[in-house]
Amino acid sequence: MEVLVASAVGILTATGLYLVLRLRTFPVILGMSLLTYAVNVFLFASGRLTIGAPPILTDGVTTYTDPLPQALVLTAIVISFGMTAVVVMIALGAYLGTNDDLVDDRIGTDEEDAA
Amino acid sequence: MSHWIIAPIVLPAMLAPFIVLAARYHIGIQRVFSLVGVLALIAISAGLAWTASDGTIILYQLGDWAAPFGIVVVGDMLSTLMILLTSVLALFVLLYVIGSGWDDRGRHFHALFQFQLMGIMGAFLTGDLFNLFVFFEVLLIASYGLMIHAGGNVRLRAGVQYVLFNLLGSTLFLFALGSIYAETGTLNMADLALRAQLISGDATVGIRVAPVLLLLVFAIKAAVVPLHFWLPSSYAEAPGPVAALFAIMTKVGAYAIIRVYTMIFPPELEATAGLHDVWLMPAALISLALGMIGVLAAKSLDRLVAFAVIGSMGMVMVAIALMTPEGIAAALYYIVHSTFAGAALFLIVDLVKSSRPSLALTTLPPIAGAPLTAGLFFAAAIAMAGLPPLSGFIGKLLILDASFDTPFGVWIWAVVLGASLISIVGFTRAGSVVFWKANSVEPPEDPTPVAAPHFLSYTAAGGLVALMAAFTVFGGHAQAYMVATSEQLFSPEPYIAIVVETEGKLSDANGEGDH
Repeated sequence: MEVLVASAVGILTATGLYLVLRLRTFPVILGMSLLTYAVNVFLFASGRLTIGAPPILTDGVTTYTDPLPQALVLTAIVISFGMTAVVVMIALGAYLGTNDDLVDDRIGTDEEDAA
Repeated sequence: MSHWIIAPIVLPAMLAPFIVLAARYHIGIQRVFSLVGVLALIAISAGLAWTASDGTIILYQLGDWAAPFGIVVVGDMLSTLMILLTSVLALFVLLYVIGSGWDDRGRHFHALFQFQLMGIMGAFLTGDLFNLFVFFEVLLIASYGLMIHAGGNVRLRAGVQYVLFNLLGSTLFLFALGSIYAETGTLNMADLALRAQLISGDATVGIRVAPVLLLLVFAIKAAVVPLHFWLPSSYAEAPGPVAALFAIMTKVGAYAIIRVYTMIFPPELEATAGLHDVWLMPAALISLALGMIGVLAAKSLDRLVAFAVIGSMGMVMVAIALMTPEGIAAALYYIVHSTFAGAALFLIVDLVKSSRPSLALTTLPPIAGAPLTAGLFFAAAIAMAGLPPLSGFIGKLLILDASFDTPFGVWIWAVVLGASLISIVGFTRAGSVVFWKANSVEPPEDPTPVAAPHFLSYTAAGGLVALMAAFTVFGGHAQAYMVATSEQLFSPEPYIAIVVETEGKLSDANGEGDH
């Protein structure tokens, strides 16, 4: 199972990074989402991988799973979900305003008035 | 247990939804509440700083849960200094916003402003690394809203870059937290400091990743080269007063580096060997040089100030990377100075922008209210470039003095002095083109009259310059306070003891966790 989880984190991170390095907002946002999935799985694994073990102290049980990473992952999921929504809205606004969805600055746009 | 230490987080957190829900259609009521809230924050922060100034560590356990399990809010000299700095800066920014009417050009400015303050205050006060991440996100999501306040295509495009860069930083932060938790089984800073010392020298393979990742995250926040690319566009395109408030956000990164790398991963630890001297110091020197070269190369006034901010953060990082008590004390003095200097410059840029068609460094007819604005720019530029008599000079002197006996002495002296010279030339060029040569141009035939900026705007920008003057006059007292703060940082045992040993729910002898 360690191999499965580790390779999942690795593949998600690699594809995420590749997409983030694209020039247009849509692949970049997809890449960001993949990266947050990767980090969520990674956080899960930081509490050690155990299957079918109780998260709270019970009599007659010796193996436990760590509940804290699950709480951390929940927080991280909520935050990344909200952030993705925000970036989609801002990117959409920028796309509709300028008629292109490139992420980087174009030469010569520095001096245009923002207002 | 006094509840005051949580007030700087709770007060803006309550005020912001109140402003949205109860006062959304009345800009006047919003302004009153926002202003009263910030004044209350200053009073509370000053009280907390007074309490902490004799070395007291103020601890607050949320829900009365004991430290490694519950979340704690901790106020020591550094934290309370930073929240006082934040609330004072917020007051002047708010005065400028009200004077210039920026808050009326879009919606929900004051609510976002309060949420931003909540995030910054929380980041300075929390004693838990995961909580630090959460407060980073709070301040970032508010800053996204402020950054694109009043809209516009160029601003939205800069906003996309800013958001994406910071999202990447947040992802890195989570990876760092994951590896810390996997290695130590705790995320409480004080508990972590105890456990990091227990890891023996040959078992540091796993934990070594964490300090490096954390340093990257905080370096993104602090805009250290080569992770500074988000800053020039976002700060230049953000509304002037928002950019002025953002002057404290780069300092959040500097604060986090000071906190984590004096307490959890001190320089003598095996896991952090080489991090400060091999990596951070050259990056800081390059930031300083590149920032000031950017000042000279900038084609418009707003980018010039943005690069000056990068340069001044480089200066702060040089002092931090020394990782000596003298270096940190000098860094703290310079942090306070450069927050005021950067904010004042962004406000002045906005004063110029209000009656000039563009901020490009070309000769155009004089702006409205030119003499006063030019005088303020002159004073703020002197402070930022580090010329006497203002506080930048003292800060730079302290940094040079702290680095004199270190192996980097020659490099630091060469880069700091060279960069200062370049920045003086850059600011001189900008000032003479924008303010001085303007008188050589024939004004247009029928000039559309532009009102001079509101007196509140001048009060705000002038107030920040006056604060720098006061910071120079009382430099001796300020320096003594910074030295005391730095000494407290380099002997973190009382901090750790108070956080870990204070009784609360669940604080029995079995508090070791399961790793």
